[in-house]
Amino acid sequence: MLTQEEIHQIEHEISLVPSKKAACIEALKVVQQHRGWVSDEDLKDTAVLLDMSPDELDSVATFYNLIFRRQVGRNVILLCDSISCWVMGYEGLREHLMQKLSIKYGETTPDGRFTLLPNVCLGTCDCAPALMVGNDLYQNVTPEQLDDILSKYN
Amino acid sequence: MEKPLTQHIVPGRPPLSLKEYEQVGGYQSVRKVLKEMTPAEVQTLVKDSNLRGRGGAGFNTGLKWSFVPMGDDVPRPKYLVANADEMEPGTFKDRLLLEGNPHQLIEGMIVASYAIQADISYVFLRFAYKLAAQEITKAINEAYEAGYLGKNILGSGYSLEMHLHTGVGRYMCGEETALLNALEGKRANPRAKPPFPQVSGLYGKPTIVNNVETLCCLPHIVNNGAEWFKGLSRNKSEDAGTKLYGVSGKVNKPGCWELPMGVTVRELLEEYAGGMKNGYKFRGALPGGASTDFLVEEHLDVKMDYNSVAAVGSRMGTGTMIVLDDQTCPVGFVQNLQHFFAQESCGFCTPCREGLPWVEKVLGSIDNGTGKQTDLNILDFHTKYLGPGNTFCALAPGAMEPLQSALKYFREDFERHIHEQRCPWRS
Ligand SMILES: Cc1cc2nc3c(=O)[nH]c(=O)nc-3n(C[C@H](O)[C@H](O)[C@H](O)COP(=O)(O)O)c2cc1C
Ligand code: SF4
Repeated sequence: MLTQEEIHQIEHEISLVPSKKAACIEALKVVQQHRGWVSDEDLKDTAVLLDMSPDELDSVATFYNLIFRRQVGRNVILLCDSISCWVMGYEGLREHLMQKLSIKYGETTPDGRFTLLPNVCLGTCDCAPALMVGNDLYQNVTPEQLDDILSKYN
Repeated sequence: MEKPLTQHIVPGRPPLSLKEYEQVGGYQSVRKVLKEMTPAEVQTLVKDSNLRGRGGAGFNTGLKWSFVPMGDDVPRPKYLVANADEMEPGTFKDRLLLEGNPHQLIEGMIVASYAIQADISYVFLRFAYKLAAQEITKAINEAYEAGYLGKNILGSGYSLEMHLHTGVGRYMCGEETALLNALEGKRANPRAKPPFPQVSGLYGKPTIVNNVETLCCLPHIVNNGAEWFKGLSRNKSEDAGTKLYGVSGKVNKPGCWELPMGVTVRELLEEYAGGMKNGYKFRGALPGGASTDFLVEEHLDVKMDYNSVAAVGSRMGTGTMIVLDDQTCPVGFVQNLQHFFAQESCGFCTPCREGLPWVEKVLGSIDNGTGKQTDLNILDFHTKYLGPGNTFCALAPGAMEPLQSALKYFREDFERHIHEQRCPWRS
Protein backbone atom coordinates (compact mmCIF):
# COMPACT_ATOMS: atom_id res chain seq x y z
CA MET A 1 0.00 0.00 0.00
CA LEU A 2 1.25 3.46 -0.85
CA THR A 3 1.64 5.82 2.08
CA GLN A 4 -0.35 9.03 2.41
CA GLU A 5 2.82 10.95 1.68
CA GLU A 6 3.48 9.03 -1.53
CA ILE A 7 -0.11 9.48 -2.67
CA HIS A 8 0.07 13.17 -1.87
CA GLN A 9 3.29 13.59 -3.87
CA ILE A 10 1.90 11.65 -6.83
CA GLU A 11 -1.25 13.76 -6.82
CA HIS A 12 0.91 16.86 -6.81
CA GLU A 13 2.76 15.57 -9.90
CA ILE A 14 -0.57 14.89 -11.58
CA SER A 15 -1.68 18.47 -10.91
CA LEU A 16 1.29 19.78 -12.92
CA VAL A 17 0.51 18.02 -16.22
CA PRO A 18 -2.38 17.96 -18.70
CA SER A 19 -3.40 14.33 -18.11
CA LYS A 20 -2.95 11.84 -15.27
CA LYS A 21 -0.97 9.49 -17.48
CA ALA A 22 1.55 12.20 -18.25
CA ALA A 23 2.67 12.09 -14.62
CA CYS A 24 3.44 8.38 -14.68
CA ILE A 25 7.24 8.60 -14.80
CA GLU A 26 7.20 11.14 -12.01
CA ALA A 27 4.90 8.86 -10.01
CA LEU A 28 7.28 5.92 -10.45
CA LYS A 29 10.10 8.18 -9.32
CA VAL A 30 8.16 9.09 -6.18
CA VAL A 31 7.63 5.44 -5.28
CA GLN A 32 11.24 4.55 -5.98
CA GLN A 33 12.49 7.46 -3.94
CA HIS A 34 10.61 6.17 -0.90
CA ARG A 35 11.17 2.45 -1.35
CA GLY A 36 14.30 2.10 -3.44
CA TRP A 37 12.42 0.14 -6.11
CA VAL A 38 8.94 -0.45 -7.52
CA SER A 39 7.32 -3.77 -6.57
CA ASP A 40 4.40 -5.35 -8.45
CA GLU A 41 2.05 -4.31 -5.70
CA ASP A 42 3.27 -0.71 -5.66
CA LEU A 43 3.02 -0.64 -9.43
CA LYS A 44 -0.63 -1.70 -9.28
CA ASP A 45 -1.46 0.88 -6.62
CA THR A 46 0.28 3.59 -8.60
CA ALA A 47 -1.51 2.63 -11.81
CA VAL A 48 -4.87 3.16 -10.08
CA LEU A 49 -3.94 6.74 -9.22
CA LEU A 50 -2.97 7.37 -12.84
CA ASP A 51 -6.03 5.76 -14.45
CA MET A 52 -3.73 3.33 -16.22
CA SER A 53 -3.73 -0.45 -16.35
CA PRO A 54 -0.80 -2.03 -14.49
CA ASP A 55 0.52 -3.42 -17.78
CA GLU A 56 0.43 -0.03 -19.39
CA LEU A 57 2.37 1.48 -16.51
CA ASP A 58 4.79 -1.45 -16.50
CA SER A 59 5.50 -0.92 -20.19
CA VAL A 60 6.78 2.52 -19.26
CA ALA A 61 8.53 1.41 -16.08
CA THR A 62 10.48 -1.37 -17.81
CA PHE A 63 11.54 0.89 -20.67
CA TYR A 64 13.70 3.05 -18.44
CA ASN A 65 16.75 1.41 -16.97
CA LEU A 66 16.83 3.43 -13.79
CA ILE A 67 13.35 2.53 -12.64
CA PHE A 68 14.08 -0.62 -10.67
CA ARG A 69 11.45 -3.35 -10.94
CA ARG A 70 13.49 -5.69 -8.78
CA GLN A 71 14.70 -5.00 -5.29
CA VAL A 72 18.09 -3.30 -5.17
CA GLY A 73 20.54 -2.87 -2.33
CA ARG A 74 20.84 0.21 -0.15
CA ASN A 75 23.58 1.53 -2.43
CA VAL A 76 23.48 1.10 -6.18
CA ILE A 77 26.85 1.12 -7.94
CA LEU A 78 26.63 2.35 -11.53
CA LEU A 79 29.83 1.43 -13.33
CA CYS A 80 30.37 3.22 -16.62
CA ASP A 81 31.04 0.67 -19.37
CA SER A 82 31.05 3.03 -22.36
CA ILE A 83 33.87 3.73 -24.75
CA SER A 84 36.20 6.17 -22.96
CA CYS A 85 36.01 4.18 -19.74
CA TRP A 86 36.63 1.00 -21.73
CA VAL A 87 39.73 2.51 -23.33
CA MET A 88 40.93 3.64 -19.90
CA GLY A 89 40.43 0.20 -18.39
CA TYR A 90 37.10 0.07 -16.56
CA GLU A 91 37.25 -3.72 -16.89
CA GLY A 92 39.77 -3.78 -14.04
CA LEU A 93 37.22 -2.04 -11.83
CA ARG A 94 34.53 -4.49 -12.87
CA GLU A 95 36.65 -7.52 -11.98
CA HIS A 96 37.65 -6.00 -8.67
CA LEU A 97 34.07 -5.10 -7.71
CA MET A 98 32.69 -8.49 -8.70
CA GLN A 99 35.37 -10.27 -6.75
CA LYS A 100 35.25 -8.08 -3.69
CA LEU A 101 31.45 -8.13 -3.47
CA SER A 102 31.05 -11.68 -4.85
CA ILE A 103 28.25 -10.56 -7.15
CA LYS A 104 27.72 -10.20 -10.86
CA TYR A 105 25.99 -7.41 -12.76
CA GLY A 106 22.38 -7.08 -11.66
CA GLU A 107 22.97 -8.82 -8.35
CA THR A 108 22.80 -7.58 -4.77
CA THR A 109 25.08 -8.54 -1.90
CA PRO A 110 23.36 -10.87 0.59
CA ASP A 111 23.51 -8.17 3.27
CA GLY A 112 21.58 -5.83 0.96
CA ARG A 113 24.38 -3.29 1.00
CA PHE A 114 25.30 -3.02 -2.69
CA THR A 115 23.79 -3.68 -6.11
CA LEU A 116 26.17 -3.62 -9.08
CA LEU A 117 24.95 -2.36 -12.45
CA PRO A 118 26.69 -1.37 -15.66
CA ASN A 119 25.72 2.09 -16.89
CA VAL A 120 26.13 4.00 -20.12
CA CYS A 121 28.56 6.91 -20.38
CA LEU A 122 28.40 9.08 -17.25
CA GLY A 123 29.54 12.16 -19.17
CA THR A 124 32.87 12.60 -17.44
CA CYS A 125 35.09 11.01 -20.08
CA ASP A 126 38.13 13.17 -19.39
CA CYS A 127 38.20 11.59 -15.92
CA ALA A 128 37.70 7.98 -17.01
CA PRO A 129 37.17 5.42 -15.65
CA ALA A 130 34.22 6.62 -13.59
CA LEU A 131 31.44 5.21 -11.47
CA MET A 132 28.62 6.38 -9.25
CA VAL A 133 27.61 5.03 -5.87
CA GLY A 134 24.14 6.33 -5.07
CA ASN A 135 24.28 10.02 -5.91
CA ASP A 136 28.05 10.33 -5.66
CA LEU A 137 30.33 10.44 -8.68
CA TYR A 138 33.87 9.06 -8.57
CA GLN A 139 36.37 9.90 -11.30
CA ASN A 140 39.76 8.54 -12.41
CA VAL A 141 39.09 5.50 -10.26
CA THR A 142 41.75 2.83 -9.79
CA PRO A 143 41.02 -0.67 -8.44
CA GLU A 144 43.12 0.22 -5.36
CA GLN A 145 40.74 3.05 -4.47
CA LEU A 146 37.64 0.89 -4.61
CA ASP A 147 37.90 -0.50 -1.08
CA ASP A 148 38.07 3.00 0.36
CA ILE A 149 35.15 4.15 -1.73
CA LEU A 150 32.97 1.20 -0.74
CA SER A 151 33.79 1.62 2.95
CA LYS A 152 31.94 4.93 2.97
CA TYR A 153 28.61 3.23 2.43
CA ASN A 154 26.59 1.22 4.93
CA MET B 1 41.04 34.50 -27.24
CA GLU B 2 37.39 35.10 -26.36
CA LYS B 3 35.57 32.41 -24.40
CA PRO B 4 32.07 33.78 -23.94
CA LEU B 5 30.47 30.52 -22.79
CA THR B 6 33.02 29.52 -20.18
CA GLN B 7 34.43 32.89 -19.10
CA HIS B 8 32.70 32.67 -15.72
CA ILE B 9 33.25 28.98 -15.14
CA VAL B 10 35.99 28.02 -12.71
CA PRO B 11 36.17 24.24 -12.31
CA GLY B 12 35.89 23.25 -8.67
CA ARG B 13 34.20 26.50 -7.68
CA PRO B 14 30.43 26.83 -7.31
CA PRO B 15 28.70 28.69 -10.13
CA LEU B 16 27.90 32.39 -9.91
CA SER B 17 24.81 33.28 -7.90
CA LEU B 18 22.21 35.39 -9.65
CA LYS B 19 23.62 38.57 -8.04
CA GLU B 20 27.17 37.76 -9.05
CA TYR B 21 26.02 36.81 -12.52
CA GLU B 22 24.20 40.13 -12.91
CA GLN B 23 27.32 41.97 -11.81
CA VAL B 24 29.25 40.52 -14.75
CA GLY B 25 26.50 41.46 -17.20
CA GLY B 26 24.17 38.52 -16.70
CA TYR B 27 20.55 38.77 -17.91
CA GLN B 28 21.34 41.90 -20.00
CA SER B 29 20.23 40.01 -23.11
CA VAL B 30 16.84 39.33 -21.52
CA ARG B 31 16.40 43.03 -20.82
CA LYS B 32 17.48 43.85 -24.36
CA VAL B 33 15.18 41.45 -26.20
CA LEU B 34 12.19 42.24 -24.01
CA LYS B 35 12.61 46.01 -24.27
CA GLU B 36 14.14 46.61 -27.68
CA MET B 37 13.46 43.68 -29.99
CA THR B 38 10.49 41.91 -31.50
CA PRO B 39 10.49 38.10 -31.54
CA ALA B 40 10.98 38.22 -35.31
CA GLU B 41 14.05 40.40 -34.85
CA VAL B 42 15.56 37.94 -32.39
CA GLN B 43 14.95 35.11 -34.85
CA THR B 44 16.58 37.05 -37.68
CA LEU B 45 19.55 38.00 -35.53
CA VAL B 46 20.17 34.37 -34.59
CA LYS B 47 19.71 33.20 -38.16
CA ASP B 48 22.20 35.82 -39.35
CA SER B 49 24.71 34.83 -36.68
CA ASN B 50 24.92 31.39 -38.34
CA LEU B 51 24.58 29.65 -34.97
CA ARG B 52 24.23 25.94 -35.74
CA GLY B 53 22.76 23.41 -33.31
CA ARG B 54 25.41 22.03 -30.96
CA GLY B 55 23.42 18.84 -30.26
CA GLY B 56 25.10 17.11 -33.17
CA ALA B 57 23.17 17.77 -36.36
CA GLY B 58 24.31 21.37 -36.84
CA PHE B 59 21.05 22.80 -38.12
CA ASN B 60 20.82 26.63 -38.25
CA THR B 61 19.10 27.58 -35.00
CA GLY B 62 17.29 30.70 -36.22
CA LEU B 63 16.02 28.82 -39.25
CA LYS B 64 14.76 25.99 -37.01
CA TRP B 65 12.80 28.51 -34.93
CA SER B 66 11.28 30.11 -38.02
CA PHE B 67 8.98 27.08 -38.52
CA VAL B 68 7.17 27.77 -35.26
CA PRO B 69 3.74 29.27 -35.93
CA MET B 70 3.67 32.86 -34.69
CA GLY B 71 0.89 35.35 -34.01
CA ASP B 72 -2.29 35.33 -31.96
CA ASP B 73 -4.16 32.54 -33.69
CA VAL B 74 -1.76 29.70 -32.96
CA PRO B 75 -2.05 26.64 -30.74
CA ARG B 76 -1.00 27.32 -27.14
CA PRO B 77 0.85 26.77 -24.94
CA LYS B 78 4.04 26.73 -26.97
CA TYR B 79 7.07 25.04 -25.46
CA LEU B 80 10.83 25.37 -25.37
CA VAL B 81 12.93 22.44 -24.15
CA ALA B 82 16.63 22.50 -23.28
CA ASN B 83 18.07 19.13 -24.22
CA ALA B 84 20.40 18.29 -21.34
CA ASP B 85 20.24 14.54 -21.81
CA GLU B 86 23.91 14.26 -22.84
CA MET B 87 24.33 10.49 -23.09
CA GLU B 88 26.30 10.20 -26.31
CA PRO B 89 29.32 8.12 -25.24
CA GLY B 90 32.44 10.24 -25.14
CA THR B 91 30.50 13.47 -24.66
CA PHE B 92 31.01 15.62 -21.58
CA LYS B 93 30.56 19.22 -22.69
CA ASP B 94 27.05 20.16 -21.54
CA ARG B 95 27.89 18.97 -18.04
CA LEU B 96 30.47 21.78 -17.81
CA LEU B 97 27.90 24.42 -18.80
CA LEU B 98 25.17 22.99 -16.58
CA GLU B 99 27.27 22.70 -13.45
CA GLY B 100 29.43 25.72 -14.17
CA ASN B 101 26.95 28.45 -15.07
CA PRO B 102 23.27 27.48 -14.87
CA HIS B 103 22.14 31.12 -15.09
CA GLN B 104 23.68 31.40 -18.55
CA LEU B 105 21.50 28.49 -19.69
CA ILE B 106 18.38 30.00 -18.13
CA GLU B 107 19.16 33.34 -19.76
CA GLY B 108 19.57 31.64 -23.14
CA MET B 109 16.34 29.74 -22.62
CA ILE B 110 14.45 32.96 -21.91
CA VAL B 111 15.84 34.54 -25.11
CA ALA B 112 14.89 31.47 -27.17
CA SER B 113 11.46 31.26 -25.55
CA TYR B 114 10.80 34.92 -26.27
CA ALA B 115 11.89 34.49 -29.89
CA ILE B 116 9.29 31.77 -30.45
CA GLN B 117 6.88 33.21 -27.86
CA ALA B 118 6.90 30.05 -25.78
CA ASP B 119 4.77 29.93 -22.63
CA ILE B 120 6.41 27.02 -20.84
CA SER B 121 9.99 25.80 -20.83
CA TYR B 122 11.69 22.65 -19.55
CA VAL B 123 15.22 21.59 -18.83
CA PHE B 124 15.33 17.86 -19.66
CA LEU B 125 18.27 16.67 -17.58
CA ARG B 126 19.75 13.20 -17.52
CA PHE B 127 19.63 11.21 -14.31
CA ALA B 128 23.37 11.08 -13.69
CA TYR B 129 23.90 14.85 -13.47
CA LYS B 130 23.09 15.20 -9.77
CA LEU B 131 25.15 18.32 -9.12
CA ALA B 132 23.69 20.01 -12.20
CA ALA B 133 20.18 19.22 -10.94
CA GLN B 134 20.91 21.00 -7.65
CA GLU B 135 22.48 24.02 -9.31
CA ILE B 136 19.73 24.40 -11.89
CA THR B 137 16.98 24.10 -9.30
CA LYS B 138 18.65 26.82 -7.25
CA ALA B 139 19.17 29.05 -10.27
CA ILE B 140 15.58 28.67 -11.53
CA ASN B 141 14.31 29.67 -8.09
CA GLU B 142 16.58 32.71 -8.04
CA ALA B 143 15.44 33.72 -11.51
CA TYR B 144 11.78 33.48 -10.47
CA GLU B 145 12.46 35.60 -7.39
CA ALA B 146 14.24 38.24 -9.44
CA GLY B 147 11.36 38.40 -11.90
CA TYR B 148 13.19 36.94 -14.92
CA LEU B 149 10.71 34.09 -14.95
CA GLY B 150 7.02 33.99 -14.21
CA LYS B 151 4.27 36.41 -15.16
CA ASN B 152 4.96 39.71 -16.92
CA ILE B 153 8.75 39.46 -16.93
CA LEU B 154 10.36 42.83 -16.09
CA GLY B 155 7.06 44.53 -16.85
CA SER B 156 7.26 43.54 -20.52
CA GLY B 157 3.95 41.69 -20.67
CA TYR B 158 5.81 38.50 -21.65
CA SER B 159 5.39 35.51 -19.31
CA LEU B 160 7.37 32.28 -19.12
CA GLU B 161 7.32 29.26 -16.82
CA MET B 162 10.39 27.07 -16.38
CA HIS B 163 10.67 23.59 -14.89
CA LEU B 164 13.40 21.04 -14.40
CA HIS B 165 12.63 17.47 -15.48
CA THR B 166 15.12 14.75 -14.58
CA GLY B 167 15.16 11.59 -16.68
CA VAL B 168 15.34 7.95 -15.63
CA GLY B 169 17.91 6.70 -18.10
CA ARG B 170 17.87 5.74 -21.83
CA TYR B 171 20.03 7.26 -24.54
CA MET B 172 16.93 7.59 -26.75
CA CYS B 173 15.63 10.39 -24.51
CA GLY B 174 18.15 12.65 -26.23
CA GLU B 175 16.49 12.25 -29.63
CA GLU B 176 14.20 15.22 -29.71
CA THR B 177 10.88 13.54 -30.50
CA ALA B 178 11.59 10.65 -28.12
CA LEU B 179 12.43 13.26 -25.52
CA LEU B 180 8.98 14.76 -25.96
CA ASN B 181 7.41 11.34 -25.45
CA ALA B 182 9.47 10.90 -22.28
CA LEU B 183 8.30 14.31 -21.04
CA GLU B 184 4.73 13.20 -21.67
CA GLY B 185 5.29 10.14 -19.49
CA LYS B 186 5.57 7.63 -22.33
CA ARG B 187 8.22 5.23 -23.55
CA ALA B 188 10.96 7.20 -25.29
CA ASN B 189 10.22 5.97 -28.80
CA PRO B 190 10.75 8.57 -31.49
CA ARG B 191 7.87 10.07 -33.44
CA ALA B 192 7.36 10.22 -37.19
CA LYS B 193 8.42 13.48 -38.81
CA PRO B 194 6.55 15.36 -40.26
CA PRO B 195 4.82 16.81 -38.39
CA PHE B 196 7.93 18.43 -36.98
CA PRO B 197 7.97 19.40 -33.29
CA GLN B 198 8.02 23.07 -34.29
CA VAL B 199 4.42 22.56 -35.41
CA SER B 200 3.27 19.63 -33.29
CA GLY B 201 5.55 18.81 -30.39
CA LEU B 202 4.93 18.43 -26.69
CA TYR B 203 1.26 17.52 -26.11
CA GLY B 204 0.77 18.29 -29.82
CA LYS B 205 1.72 21.93 -29.38
CA PRO B 206 4.48 23.90 -31.15
CA THR B 207 7.80 23.04 -29.51
CA ILE B 208 11.48 23.78 -29.97
CA VAL B 209 14.13 21.45 -28.58
CA ASN B 210 17.62 22.92 -28.44
CA ASN B 211 20.86 21.63 -27.05
CA VAL B 212 22.27 23.23 -23.89
CA GLU B 213 25.35 24.62 -25.62
CA THR B 214 23.23 26.10 -28.42
CA LEU B 215 21.10 27.92 -25.87
CA CYS B 216 24.14 29.17 -23.95
CA CYS B 217 25.38 30.97 -27.08
CA LEU B 218 22.25 33.12 -27.30
CA PRO B 219 22.86 35.76 -24.60
CA HIS B 220 26.21 36.55 -26.19
CA ILE B 221 24.78 36.84 -29.69
CA VAL B 222 22.09 39.23 -28.45
CA ASN B 223 24.60 41.34 -26.51
CA ASN B 224 27.37 41.48 -29.12
CA GLY B 225 25.67 40.95 -32.48
CA ALA B 226 25.74 38.48 -35.35
CA GLU B 227 28.93 39.83 -36.90
CA TRP B 228 30.84 39.49 -33.64
CA PHE B 229 29.69 35.88 -33.32
CA LYS B 230 30.78 35.07 -36.85
CA GLY B 231 34.13 36.68 -36.16
CA LEU B 232 34.86 34.30 -33.28
CA SER B 233 35.76 31.36 -35.49
CA ARG B 234 39.22 30.93 -36.92
CA ASN B 235 41.17 29.43 -39.82
CA LYS B 236 38.60 30.83 -42.27
CA SER B 237 36.01 28.43 -40.91
CA GLU B 238 32.60 28.73 -42.52
CA ASP B 239 31.07 28.20 -39.09
CA ALA B 240 30.46 30.79 -36.45
CA GLY B 241 31.21 31.13 -32.77
CA THR B 242 33.19 29.15 -30.29
CA LYS B 243 32.68 25.47 -29.55
CA LEU B 244 33.19 23.29 -26.54
CA TYR B 245 35.65 20.66 -27.73
CA GLY B 246 36.75 17.66 -25.73
CA VAL B 247 39.31 14.89 -25.95
CA SER B 248 39.27 11.60 -24.05
CA GLY B 249 41.37 8.45 -24.33
CA LYS B 250 45.11 7.84 -23.88
CA VAL B 251 46.24 11.46 -24.17
CA ASN B 252 48.28 13.39 -21.62
CA LYS B 253 45.64 15.94 -20.65
CA PRO B 254 42.13 14.80 -21.48
CA GLY B 255 39.67 17.65 -21.06
CA CYS B 256 37.07 20.01 -22.45
CA TRP B 257 37.91 23.49 -23.74
CA GLU B 258 36.02 26.35 -25.36
CA LEU B 259 37.88 27.25 -28.53
CA PRO B 260 37.19 29.12 -31.76
CA MET B 261 35.19 27.05 -34.23
CA GLY B 262 37.64 25.76 -36.82
CA VAL B 263 40.62 24.67 -34.71
CA THR B 264 42.21 21.63 -36.30
CA VAL B 265 42.16 18.09 -35.01
CA ARG B 266 45.93 18.34 -34.58
CA GLU B 267 45.73 21.49 -32.45
CA LEU B 268 43.17 19.85 -30.22
CA LEU B 269 45.18 16.70 -29.81
CA GLU B 270 48.62 18.16 -29.49
CA GLU B 271 48.19 21.61 -27.98
CA TYR B 272 45.19 21.16 -25.74
CA ALA B 273 45.20 17.45 -24.95
CA GLY B 274 48.99 17.46 -24.62
CA GLY B 275 49.60 14.76 -27.22
CA MET B 276 49.48 11.01 -26.80
CA LYS B 277 50.62 9.47 -23.52
CA ASN B 278 54.16 8.21 -23.47
CA GLY B 279 54.37 4.90 -25.34
CA TYR B 280 51.05 5.27 -27.18
CA LYS B 281 50.55 6.17 -30.82
CA PHE B 282 47.53 7.81 -32.40
CA ARG B 283 45.57 5.55 -34.74
CA GLY B 284 42.30 7.38 -35.12
CA ALA B 285 39.54 9.26 -33.37
CA LEU B 286 35.79 9.63 -33.40
CA PRO B 287 35.51 13.41 -33.74
CA GLY B 288 32.19 13.98 -32.03
CA GLY B 289 30.93 11.12 -29.92
CA ALA B 290 30.17 7.46 -30.52
CA SER B 291 28.00 7.97 -33.59
CA THR B 292 30.56 9.62 -35.83
CA ASP B 293 32.94 8.13 -38.42
CA PHE B 294 36.61 7.66 -37.56
CA LEU B 295 39.16 10.23 -38.60
CA VAL B 296 42.73 8.95 -39.03
CA GLU B 297 46.23 10.37 -39.36
CA GLU B 298 45.64 11.87 -42.81
CA HIS B 299 42.84 13.99 -41.32
CA LEU B 300 44.84 15.64 -38.54
CA ASP B 301 44.83 19.01 -40.26
CA VAL B 302 41.09 19.01 -40.84
CA LYS B 303 39.25 21.89 -39.20
CA MET B 304 36.81 20.88 -36.50
CA ASP B 305 33.74 22.54 -37.92
CA TYR B 306 30.58 21.12 -39.47
CA ASN B 307 31.46 21.46 -43.14
CA SER B 308 35.13 20.53 -42.90
CA VAL B 309 34.56 17.33 -40.94
CA ALA B 310 31.66 16.42 -43.25
CA ALA B 311 33.91 16.96 -46.28
CA VAL B 312 36.16 14.09 -45.17
CA GLY B 313 33.25 11.72 -44.62
CA SER B 314 32.54 12.12 -40.94
CA ARG B 315 30.52 14.46 -38.75
CA MET B 316 31.53 16.94 -36.11
CA GLY B 317 28.72 15.61 -33.92
CA THR B 318 29.16 16.89 -30.40
CA GLY B 319 32.79 17.95 -30.94
CA THR B 320 34.05 15.72 -28.17
CA MET B 321 36.67 13.39 -29.56
CA ILE B 322 37.44 9.83 -28.47
CA VAL B 323 40.96 8.72 -29.33
CA LEU B 324 41.91 5.21 -30.44
CA ASP B 325 45.55 4.40 -29.69
CA ASP B 326 47.82 1.68 -31.07
CA GLN B 327 47.56 -0.45 -27.94
CA THR B 328 43.80 -0.60 -27.99
CA CYS B 329 42.11 -3.14 -30.23
CA PRO B 330 39.96 -1.46 -32.91
CA VAL B 331 37.62 -4.47 -33.03
CA GLY B 332 37.09 -4.34 -29.28
CA PHE B 333 36.63 -0.58 -29.52
CA VAL B 334 33.87 -0.91 -32.10
CA GLN B 335 32.31 -3.82 -30.25
CA ASN B 336 32.02 -1.68 -27.12
CA LEU B 337 30.21 0.96 -29.19
CA GLN B 338 27.86 -1.55 -30.79
CA HIS B 339 27.06 -3.05 -27.41
CA PHE B 340 25.96 0.40 -26.34
CA PHE B 341 23.81 0.98 -29.41
CA ALA B 342 22.24 -2.49 -29.31
CA GLN B 343 21.35 -2.00 -25.65
CA GLU B 344 19.97 1.50 -26.17
CA SER B 345 17.94 0.73 -29.31
CA CYS B 346 14.35 1.52 -28.39
CA GLY B 347 13.18 -1.58 -30.27
CA PHE B 348 10.57 0.21 -32.31
CA CYS B 349 11.81 -0.77 -35.77
CA THR B 350 13.09 -4.13 -36.89
CA PRO B 351 16.38 -3.36 -38.66
CA CYS B 352 17.75 -1.60 -35.60
CA ARG B 353 16.26 -3.90 -32.94
CA GLU B 354 17.43 -7.09 -34.68
CA GLY B 355 20.42 -5.79 -36.61
CA LEU B 356 22.41 -4.13 -33.85
CA PRO B 357 22.55 -7.20 -31.56
CA TRP B 358 23.63 -9.25 -34.59
CA VAL B 359 26.40 -6.78 -35.33
CA GLU B 360 27.47 -6.87 -31.69
CA LYS B 361 27.59 -10.67 -31.69
CA VAL B 362 29.55 -10.89 -34.92
CA LEU B 363 32.07 -8.39 -33.59
CA GLY B 364 32.25 -10.39 -30.39
CA SER B 365 33.14 -13.57 -32.23
CA ILE B 366 35.76 -11.81 -34.36
CA ASP B 367 37.20 -10.32 -31.20
CA ASN B 368 37.42 -13.65 -29.38
CA GLY B 369 39.02 -15.44 -32.30
CA THR B 370 36.08 -17.42 -33.63
CA GLY B 371 35.23 -15.08 -36.51
CA LYS B 372 35.02 -16.14 -40.15
CA GLN B 373 35.92 -14.23 -43.30
CA THR B 374 32.21 -14.11 -44.24
CA ASP B 375 31.52 -12.24 -41.01
CA LEU B 376 33.03 -9.17 -42.63
CA ASN B 377 30.36 -9.40 -45.32
CA ILE B 378 27.71 -9.52 -42.63
CA LEU B 379 29.13 -6.36 -41.10
CA ASP B 380 29.38 -4.62 -44.48
CA PHE B 381 25.81 -5.60 -45.21
CA HIS B 382 24.59 -4.05 -41.98
CA THR B 383 26.36 -0.76 -42.55
CA LYS B 384 24.20 -0.40 -45.67
CA TYR B 385 20.91 -1.76 -44.38
CA LEU B 386 21.00 0.10 -41.08
CA GLY B 387 22.12 3.26 -42.85
CA PRO B 388 20.16 6.48 -43.36
CA GLY B 389 16.62 6.00 -44.66
CA ASN B 390 16.16 2.41 -43.51
CA THR B 391 15.30 2.95 -39.88
CA PHE B 392 12.79 5.08 -38.04
CA CYS B 393 15.32 7.37 -36.36
CA ALA B 394 18.98 8.32 -36.49
CA LEU B 395 20.19 5.93 -33.78
CA ALA B 396 20.97 3.00 -36.07
CA PRO B 397 22.58 5.05 -38.87
CA GLY B 398 24.65 6.75 -36.18
CA ALA B 399 25.74 3.36 -34.88
CA MET B 400 26.90 2.39 -38.36
CA GLU B 401 29.21 5.40 -38.72
CA PRO B 402 32.05 4.17 -36.49
CA LEU B 403 31.58 0.61 -37.82
CA GLN B 404 31.75 1.45 -41.51
CA SER B 405 34.76 3.69 -41.04
CA ALA B 406 36.53 1.11 -38.86
CA LEU B 407 35.96 -1.49 -41.59
CA LYS B 408 37.49 0.96 -44.03
CA TYR B 409 40.51 2.16 -42.08
CA PHE B 410 41.24 -0.83 -39.85
CA ARG B 411 40.16 -3.69 -42.10
CA GLU B 412 43.55 -5.37 -41.79
CA ASP B 413 43.06 -5.58 -38.04
CA PHE B 414 39.69 -7.26 -38.48
CA GLU B 415 41.24 -9.71 -40.94
CA ARG B 416 44.16 -10.42 -38.64
CA HIS B 417 41.73 -11.44 -35.88
CA ILE B 418 40.06 -13.83 -38.29
CA HIS B 419 43.25 -15.34 -39.74
CA GLU B 420 45.07 -15.70 -36.45
CA GLN B 421 41.91 -16.78 -34.62
CA ARG B 422 42.71 -14.50 -31.69
CA CYS B 423 42.81 -10.90 -30.64
CA PRO B 424 46.38 -9.77 -31.28
CA TRP B 425 45.99 -7.12 -28.59
CA ARG B 426 45.06 -9.53 -25.87
CA SER B 427 46.86 -12.80 -26.45
C1 LIG C 1 19.75 8.75 -30.52
C2 LIG C 1 19.92 10.23 -30.41
C3 LIG C 1 20.34 10.79 -29.21
C4 LIG C 1 20.49 12.17 -29.09
N1 LIG C 1 20.93 12.69 -27.90
C5 LIG C 1 21.05 14.04 -27.77
C6 LIG C 1 21.46 14.62 -26.52
O1 LIG C 1 21.71 13.92 -25.54
N2 LIG C 1 21.56 15.97 -26.43
C7 LIG C 1 21.27 16.78 -27.50
O2 LIG C 1 21.35 17.99 -27.38
N3 LIG C 1 20.89 16.26 -28.68
C8 LIG C 1 20.77 14.92 -28.85
N4 LIG C 1 20.34 14.41 -30.05
C9 LIG C 1 19.98 15.35 -31.12
C10 LIG C 1 18.55 15.84 -30.92
O3 LIG C 1 17.65 14.95 -31.56
C11 LIG C 1 18.31 17.23 -31.49
O4 LIG C 1 18.76 17.24 -32.80
C12 LIG C 1 19.01 18.33 -30.75
O5 LIG C 1 18.67 18.33 -29.39
C13 LIG C 1 18.60 19.65 -31.35
O6 LIG C 1 19.24 20.71 -30.72
P1 LIG C 1 20.17 21.71 -31.53
O7 LIG C 1 19.45 22.10 -32.79
O8 LIG C 1 20.37 22.86 -30.60
O9 LIG C 1 21.44 20.97 -31.82
C14 LIG C 1 20.21 13.01 -30.20
C15 LIG C 1 19.80 12.44 -31.40
C16 LIG C 1 19.67 11.07 -31.51
C17 LIG C 1 19.22 10.49 -32.82
S1 SF4 D 1 16.30 3.20 -35.30
FE1 SF4 D 1 16.45 2.05 -33.38
S2 SF4 D 1 16.24 3.61 -31.79
FE2 SF4 D 1 15.44 4.51 -33.71
S3 SF4 D 1 13.25 4.02 -33.76
FE3 SF4 D 1 14.27 2.33 -34.78
S4 SF4 D 1 14.58 0.81 -33.13
FE4 SF4 D 1 14.19 2.77 -32.13
